[in-house]
Amino acid sequence: MTRDSRFLKFSAILGFIFLYAPIISLIVYSFNKSKLVTVWGGWSIKWYVELFNNQQIIDAAMVSLKVAFITATLSVILGVLAGYVLSRMGRFPGKMVVSGWITAPLIMPEVITGLSLLLLFVSMEKLLGWPSGRGITTVIIAHTTFCMAYVAVIVQSRLAQLDDSLEEAAMDLGAKPHSLFFLVTLPIISPAIISGWLLAFTLSLDDLVIASFVSGPGNSTLPMVIFSKIRFGVSPEVNALATIMILIVAIGVIAAMWQMRKKENVL
Amino acid sequence: MSNVTGTFWLGHYNTIRTKFNLLKSIRWGRLSVISIPSVWLAIFFFIPFLVVFKISLAEPAIAVPPYTDLFVWDADNAIAEIKLKFGNYLYLWEDSFYLDAYLSSVKIAAVSTFFTLLIGFPMAYYIAGKKSSTRTLLLTLVILPFWTSFLLRVYAWMGFLKKNGIVNEFLQAIGLIDQPLQLLQTDFAVYIGIVYTYLPFMILPLYTTLEKLDGSLIEAAKDLGASPVKAFFLVTLPMCMPGIFAGCLLVFIPAVGEFVIPALLGASDTLMIGRVLWDEFFQNRDWPMASAVATVMLIILVVPIMFLRTGKNEEKQ
Amino acid sequence: MIQESNTPLWKLDGAKPFIQIKNITKKFGEFTAVDNVSLDIYENELFCLLGGSGSGKSTLLRMLAGFETPTSGQILIDGVDMADIDPWDRPINMMFQSYALFPHMTVFKNIAFGLKRDKVPKKEITERVNAMLKMMQIEEFANRKPEQLSGGQRQRVALARALIKRPKLLLLDEPLGALDKKLREETQFELVNIQDELGVTFVVVTHDQEEAMTLATRIGVMGNGVISQVDEPRDVYEYPRSRFVAEFVGTINIFEGRVIDAQTDYVKIASKEACSKLFVNHSINCAPKQKVAVAVRPEKIKVSRKKPDLAYNCLYGKIIDLAYMGNLSIFRVKLESGKIVRVTLPNLVRENQNPLTWDDMIYLSWDNDSSVVLIS
Repeated sequence: MTRDSRFLKFSAILGFIFLYAPIISLIVYSFNKSKLVTVWGGWSIKWYVELFNNQQIIDAAMVSLKVAFITATLSVILGVLAGYVLSRMGRFPGKMVVSGWITAPLIMPEVITGLSLLLLFVSMEKLLGWPSGRGITTVIIAHTTFCMAYVAVIVQSRLAQLDDSLEEAAMDLGAKPHSLFFLVTLPIISPAIISGWLLAFTLSLDDLVIASFVSGPGNSTLPMVIFSKIRFGVSPEVNALATIMILIVAIGVIAAMWQMRKKENVL
Repeated sequence: MSNVTGTFWLGHYNTIRTKFNLLKSIRWGRLSVISIPSVWLAIFFFIPFLVVFKISLAEPAIAVPPYTDLFVWDADNAIAEIKLKFGNYLYLWEDSFYLDAYLSSVKIAAVSTFFTLLIGFPMAYYIAGKKSSTRTLLLTLVILPFWTSFLLRVYAWMGFLKKNGIVNEFLQAIGLIDQPLQLLQTDFAVYIGIVYTYLPFMILPLYTTLEKLDGSLIEAAKDLGASPVKAFFLVTLPMCMPGIFAGCLLVFIPAVGEFVIPALLGASDTLMIGRVLWDEFFQNRDWPMASAVATVMLIILVVPIMFLRTGKNEEKQ
Repeated sequence: MIQESNTPLWKLDGAKPFIQIKNITKKFGEFTAVDNVSLDIYENELFCLLGGSGSGKSTLLRMLAGFETPTSGQILIDGVDMADIDPWDRPINMMFQSYALFPHMTVFKNIAFGLKRDKVPKKEITERVNAMLKMMQIEEFANRKPEQLSGGQRQRVALARALIKRPKLLLLDEPLGALDKKLREETQFELVNIQDELGVTFVVVTHDQEEAMTLATRIGVMGNGVISQVDEPRDVYEYPRSRFVAEFVGTINIFEGRVIDAQTDYVKIASKEACSKLFVNHSINCAPKQKVAVAVRPEKIKVSRKKPDLAYNCLYGKIIDLAYMGNLSIFRVKLESGKIVRVTLPNLVRENQNPLTWDDMIYLSWDNDSSVVLIS
C-alpha cells in the first residue's frame, strides 16, 4: 500500500465520482425540457425562467440573504471576541463554563438548538413582551448563536498559531492593549476573520432545521421553501436553483484559489 | 512614640495602596471583552436548556403556547402550587418507540461513520501523497461541495436514487437487474446521504495528519524489514489515530441528531431521534414531549460527547 | 563623563546601579521559576544572563520588560520602582528571540511603529527611521515585508525596531540564536560596537556560553531560578564558585576528595578518585576532613610519559579515547580508580614522531594555581 499504488488511485477516483456525480446530474437535469425530471426531453432553460418568476422563492431568497448577511457580521463580532477570550485572556473565574458554552453549539444537534431557542423566545415573549412574535430577528439571533461558535474556533486556532511575542513586542514598543488589538492582532488574523464570515454566511444560508423552529409565518427562509417543495419529490425548478447556487460557489472558490496562487507567485 | 505612629501610618498607607491597585487591576476593557460573548451565550445558549427542561415537566394543552403552567396561583386558598409532571419521561421509558429511536440513531450514525472512514481514508492518503499544487486542487475539490447547500446535496441524491433515477437506469442498462430497485426511502439511502454529506469532514482531518506524517518513518519500517502492508498497519495507521478520531467525531456527532437526511431519503419507518423530535413538535404539537425527548438526547448523547472531546483535548495538552 | 578611570562601575564602591533587582521571586503555581534573585546592573553594561532552558533567565528578562509580574520583590530602573508601570510605559525595549516582526507591515513601518505610538511628528519619524536603516545597513529593504527577508536581515530589523525609541535599557532574548554560525560571529562583534556607539545598557539572555563570553562585560550564570555567580567572563571561566557554574561553563574535570590540610594560602586534599593528593594554592573556608571537589580545565593539564617529580597533582592513567580536532586533540584518560579525565592538547607540530595513542600509559599533572576548590 504505497502512496502511488493503483488501488489508492482507483479508490480516490471512485471517491471523487461519488462526490460529484449527483451534483453533475443535478446540473444537467436543470436544463431538461421535459417536466418529467428523469426523461430527457432536450436542452432548455425554461426552468430558470420559471424560477425567476416564482415570487415565493425570490422572496425567501431575499429573506435568507438578509439573515445570512446580518448573521455573518454579528457572528464575526461575537466570535472574534469569544476566540480572543479563549486564547488571550488567561485565567478568570468561570472560564471553564464560558469556554464550554463557546464550543458546545458545534456539537449540539440542530433540532435541540432550534427547539430550545424557540421555547426561550416564547417564554421571553410571555414574560417580557419581547420578541413580539417570531420572524427575521429571532432567526438572526438563533443563527448567530451557533455560527459564532464556528468563528470563535477559527479565530482561536489562528490566535493559537500566532507568536505571542508579536503582541508583546507591540506592547513593548508603546501600544496599549486596545490599540495593540486593532494595530497588530486584528490585521494579522484578518484572513481567519474573512473565512469565518464566509462560513457563517454559508451556514446561515444553508440552515433548515433551526430556521424552521424559530421563524415566523411569512418569513420563510430559502431552505424552508425548498424543503417544502422537495419533501415529496423532485422539482425541476429546484434543480435550476441548485445549479445557480453551485455556480456562484464554484466561481467564488476558484477566484479565491486564483488569488492565492497570484499571491504565492509574487513571493 | 512618633516612630510607632509612623509605622502605623505607613502600614495604613500600604493597605490603601493595595486596595487602590486591586481596583486598578480590574481592567474594564478586559471585563467587557469577556462579558459580551459570555452574556450572549448565557442568554441564548444556556438558559434555553433550562427552559426546555422546565417545559418538559409540563403537560400539553390547547392554548398559546401549547403547554400548561408549572406555577399556578390558587387565589381562593392563597397558595402557590407547583405542578411537576414527570409523565413525559415515564412515557419515554415505557414506550419502546423512543428507546428504539435513540438506539437506531446511534446505529445509523456509527455505521455511516465507519463507511465514511472507509471511503475517506484512501482519498486522504492519495491526496497527501501528491505534490503540493495537485494537493491544493484536489483538496479544493473535496471542500467545494461543502460550501454548496447541504439541503441541495441531499436533494441531488433523491433524483439519483429514484425508481426511474440514474442508478436504476444504469443497473438496468448493464443488465444487472430487470426491475428497478427500491433505493430511495430506505435505510441504505440514509447511509449514502450521511456518508456523502459528511465525507469532507472525514477527509480533512485525516489529510492533516497524513500530510504531517514523516515519510522516512515508513521508509525506516521497510528498511527494518516490514512489508508495505505491515508498514501501513504498524506505522501509518497508528500514527493517524488522532486524525481518525477527530474525523469520526466530526461525522458521528451531526449524524446522530440528523433530521434532513432521514426525512428526505429515509423510509417512513427509518427511526432517528432528530426526526422523532421534529414530528413530536411540528406534527403532534406536543411541546412538552418534544422537550423531554430533547432533554434525554442532551443527557445521553451530547454530554458524553462533550466529555470525550474535552478529555481528548486535555490529553493533547 | 561617568567613567573617568578605566575601572568598571561594578568595581567602584558606592557606584549607583542602573538596574536594581531586589529579592525577586516568580512562581507559576507550585513551580518557582525565579527564586529570590538580587542583582545590580550598571549603566553601559552589556550584561549576559547565561543559563540552560528552564533556568529562569527568560522569566527574569520578561519581568524586566513587564510581561510578567513578580510574585515578590522589587525592580528599580534608574531609581524608579517598576511595579506599577505597564510594559508600554517602561523606558525599556526588547528584541525578541523570534524577532516578532509584524508580518503585515513593511520594514519601515515595523521600525516606525514605536515612534508612532509616542505621537512623534511624521517628519521626525521618517528622518529617524531612515537614519536607523542606514546605520543597520538595511536601507534597500525598507519597503519589503519581513517574510521577504533572510534571517540576518530580520535580526537587523528587529534590533533597529528595538533601538529606535532610544531606550535606556535594551533587552535581548537569544539575539543570535536563529543565525547560522558564521553570521553569528560577525553579528556578535557588531552588537558590541552598536552598544558602545549608542551607550545603551544591554541585558542579553542566552544559553550559548561562547556568545556570553564574547559579548558580555559581566555574566550572570543562572540555574534552577537562582543566579549562581556574577562575574566578568574570564573570572566565570577561571574561577567558578560552584560545581554548577564550573560544569555549565566550558568542560571541566572534577575530583572529589577530603581536606587534609587547610591554611591561609593553600589547601591540601586527598582524593581517592584522582588516586593522588591534590594541592590548590588558594584558601577556602572549610573544616578539616570536609568533603570538597577540585576542578581542573582540560587545557590546564600537562601530559608526559615520564613520571614528573611532583608530590601533588600527579595522576597516572591509560588513554582510552582520542580525537583529532585540527587545532587541538582531545584525550580521555582512565585512571586506576575508573575515573575518566579529559585532556586537551594543542597540536603544536604538524607531524609528531612519537604521537600519543590508544592504550598508552601517561602521567597527568597541573600547576598549583591551575585548579580551584569547590565546596558546593
